[in-house]
Amino acid sequence: MLDQSEGYTTADGRKIGPVVMEMKNITLRFGGVEAIKDISFDIREGEIRAIIGPNGAGKSSMLNVISGFYVPQEGQVFYQGQPRPPMKPYQVARQGIARTFQNIALFEGMTVLDNVMTGRLTHMKTGLFWQSMWKGRAETEETVNREVAEKIIDFLEIQAIRKTPVARLPYGLKKRVELARALAAEPSLLLLDEPMAGMNVEEKEDMSRFILDVNDEFGTTIALIEHDMGVVMDLSDRVVVMDYGKKIGDGTPDEVRGNQDVIDAYLGVAHD
Amino acid sequence: MSEAFLYTVEVFLNGLMAGVLYALVALGFVLIYKASGIFNFAQGVMALFAAMTLVGFQNGQVPFAHLINATFGLHVTTFGWNLHSTVAVFLTVLVMIALAWAVQRFVFRHLVGQEPIILFMATIGLAYFLEGVADLMWGSEIKTLDLCWAVGACLPQGGNLWIEQATEGLGGEGFYGFFIDSLDIVAALVAMVLVAALVAFAQYTKQGRAMRAVADDHQAALSVGVSLNFIWILVWSLAGFVALVAGIMWGAKSGVQFSLSLIALKALPVLMLGGFTSIPGAIVGGLIIGVGEKLFEFLIGAPFLGGATENWFAYMLALVFLVFRPQGLFGEKIIERV
Repeated sequence: MLDQSEGYTTADGRKIGPVVMEMKNITLRFGGVEAIKDISFDIREGEIRAIIGPNGAGKSSMLNVISGFYVPQEGQVFYQGQPRPPMKPYQVARQGIARTFQNIALFEGMTVLDNVMTGRLTHMKTGLFWQSMWKGRAETEETVNREVAEKIIDFLEIQAIRKTPVARLPYGLKKRVELARALAAEPSLLLLDEPMAGMNVEEKEDMSRFILDVNDEFGTTIALIEHDMGVVMDLSDRVVVMDYGKKIGDGTPDEVRGNQDVIDAYLGVAHD
Repeated sequence: MSEAFLYTVEVFLNGLMAGVLYALVALGFVLIYKASGIFNFAQGVMALFAAMTLVGFQNGQVPFAHLINATFGLHVTTFGWNLHSTVAVFLTVLVMIALAWAVQRFVFRHLVGQEPIILFMATIGLAYFLEGVADLMWGSEIKTLDLCWAVGACLPQGGNLWIEQATEGLGGEGFYGFFIDSLDIVAALVAMVLVAALVAFAQYTKQGRAMRAVADDHQAALSVGVSLNFIWILVWSLAGFVALVAGIMWGAKSGVQFSLSLIALKALPVLMLGGFTSIPGAIVGGLIIGVGEKLFEFLIGAPFLGGATENWFAYMLALVFLVFRPQGLFGEKIIERV
């Protein structure tokens, strides 16, 4: 079994807890193509864990394995110490794993508030009957969850656009709304697929600040994928580096920066 | 007021009432199309099936009686009881929910992610299958549908006397007041309540929110913990319920018979007008078609074109709309980005 007890303290003094999620010897194939080859790594409670690598390295595939969108052919996923059987994405979500998407997947026809409220669906337990009555338990539940949603909206500074349909928002704000929706689920693990892709410097700085604040304020465990090396090195506590579906590095940003395989992968070197 | 004007008003009112019935059918299409992108050709047959099941329950008919008799050499036809309308409606709703589950479990679960045309073909198959099952289950003879909640509290038939008397004084000697079918008025009221309830459900409940989420983006819906399967069964159940209401109204009007399944064809122009994805659109589209075809027949068709324009007017109107506004009045705008 996994060792649940140990943890570590980061350079800036944050206490990192036991392992929340462990990927063990994961292999994922699409037909004859191996997108992920025998990769193992873990994510600890309270840390910001980054997965980086060049284009086509299999980063997004890895995130999709964690969130249940892909089922690996080999290997085992451990979640909170328990081996996780193959699951549908919505079951994974109900276990407390929220995510965002690389190409923003919001409910375009709904308002920002409604989008954030969908993030609360996993916390709303009343059945069809009570919901249809719209009184009693359903009403209390709606109020409680609405408060949480409003708190998240305040936190991410999107109060001004609460009632705006998402389709009308600019790209950067959409990304933030998507983060808000994922955060509304109060996840025990938050997966961010390229949260800063396509943003300008200012937007990137805002997003970085929000990611750090979320981690700091709510103690949320975050796993993120990012292209921008500078951003990753600043944000994350530990980094996994992937290339051509294989893991070529794993450690603190400083360790990874010094790793020859990583430098080769990023700068490019002749493969023989 | 001139008599010609009063007759036009009467035709207009009757057109509105007919439009409500079209809208009821179109509503079922919109529900399923919005949530799953499936154009459900079987919606009309579902209305027929629901109405037949309701009458079957009311009369205590033995389902599959012909099949049972032929196989075992028996002569059973009825259980010999008459169920109260409320019980029969309740049981029929349960049957429609079971049908929704079966459709999802045995047909569409295996077709997730397929092309729209394939899903459409599947619903055509479903329509024929369901028509056959309805025949086998309840027989093919024409039945009358009467819903009675207590003695004297039945679905009304015939013209509404109250309206006739109240409007009698408007015209001259030869005018006897507006003739409006009481059943149509009930249908209009029921449709209004139904639409309000559906919109409120979609807007304010947790399941409604999940429904809208699924309609918008499957992946995102999965990521917030929505089970697509559950939502699709829910949506097909709602469509089944709407089909039951439409089946009751049409069945009470013109008898429960197999031509009922053809009302689905009248829903097509309604949808093209109103847009395939809009609940208010289905209502407005239905009203425009209803009023349009009645007025056209009265003012232009009968006097100048030899009549019988009601058969094609709706389709022609839909054609015009397809040319100038392909997404319908309330449909989502089609924008292709390059």
